[in-house]
Amino acid sequence: MTTTPATHESQEVDEHHERPHPSDKQYVIIGLILAAMTAVEVGLYYVDIGSLNNTTLILLAVVKFFIVAAFFMHLRFDRPILRRLFVTGIVLAIAVYMAYLTTLGAYIPGG
Amino acid sequence: MSTVETTTPAPPVPPQTVDVHDSHGAHVTNTGISNEKVAMWAFLGSECLLFGALISTYLLYKGKSDPDTPQPGELFDIPYTSVSSFVLLMSSVTMVLALSAIQRGDGKRLRIWLTTTALLGASFIAGQIYEFTAFVREGLTLSTNVFGSSFFVLTGFHGVHVTLGIIMLLSLVTLSMRGKLGQDRAETVEIAGLYWHFVDVVWIVIFTIIYLIP
Repeated sequence: MTTTPATHESQEVDEHHERPHPSDKQYVIIGLILAAMTAVEVGLYYVDIGSLNNTTLILLAVVKFFIVAAFFMHLRFDRPILRRLFVTGIVLAIAVYMAYLTTLGAYIPGG
Repeated sequence: MSTVETTTPAPPVPPQTVDVHDSHGAHVTNTGISNEKVAMWAFLGSECLLFGALISTYLLYKGKSDPDTPQPGELFDIPYTSVSSFVLLMSSVTMVLALSAIQRGDGKRLRIWLTTTALLGASFIAGQIYEFTAFVREGLTLSTNVFGSSFFVLTGFHGVHVTLGIIMLLSLVTLSMRGKLGQDRAETVEIAGLYWHFVDVVWIVIFTIIYLIP
């Protein structure tokens, strides 16, 4: 394990970037919000609102994703370097696979 | 007249001992974050690419299976999968409550919440096994058509991740029961929790893209 000595500067940066985590009650409320959003998603499967169906479903999934990452995975409260690591993975995945789908989609029979 | 300078070599300086541990005994790094935690986040970033590949492959072949073979619309049981999704989502709440318990030094609640999380995860896996069995009974296997191949590989990989998470959680429960998971090791639970929440967010995407969007 590679470690380097702690400096006063780094400790100050840590304190500057760490925010207090939510309480247990707040975690439960966030869980209930996520459950409600899931119920809306399932409801949308049965209700036809035209072209808005897919857009709303994707939007709800993205919001749920970010709520879990921000609050349960503490990205909102931890140091920014962790957020950057994760966002890099997501952005890279989206970019690579959008290119992949756009390029290969045209060559699949029936596509 | 020449003078010869006689210099005595300086006595060897003992290596400075620098305390690289914080008040909880954990290693301190120049980022202020433990290497284990950074490694887990880097791993999760790379997992985005793995699941991205599997989801993209599913999308690429969507609607391109032989129409005489089983199709997604005929097989998916949305109410059933919705309950499974709800169970996995709630396991994220219990996981974060387990972390909160160990941070307070409450070992009993830690074990309760970790066991609850593992049980919810096991329910999800049981649901997935039932779903797979039902699909096979309906004639959809890994080699029936491209839908079967991409669906079983994607959801199967996710199921393996959940199973590994359950093993992690049960290991933590065992450690706690042996008294080896005190408040000073809260970060171990946090890192396992990061993995668990990631498995949950991946399912949020899979549930929407595979099941809900026709």
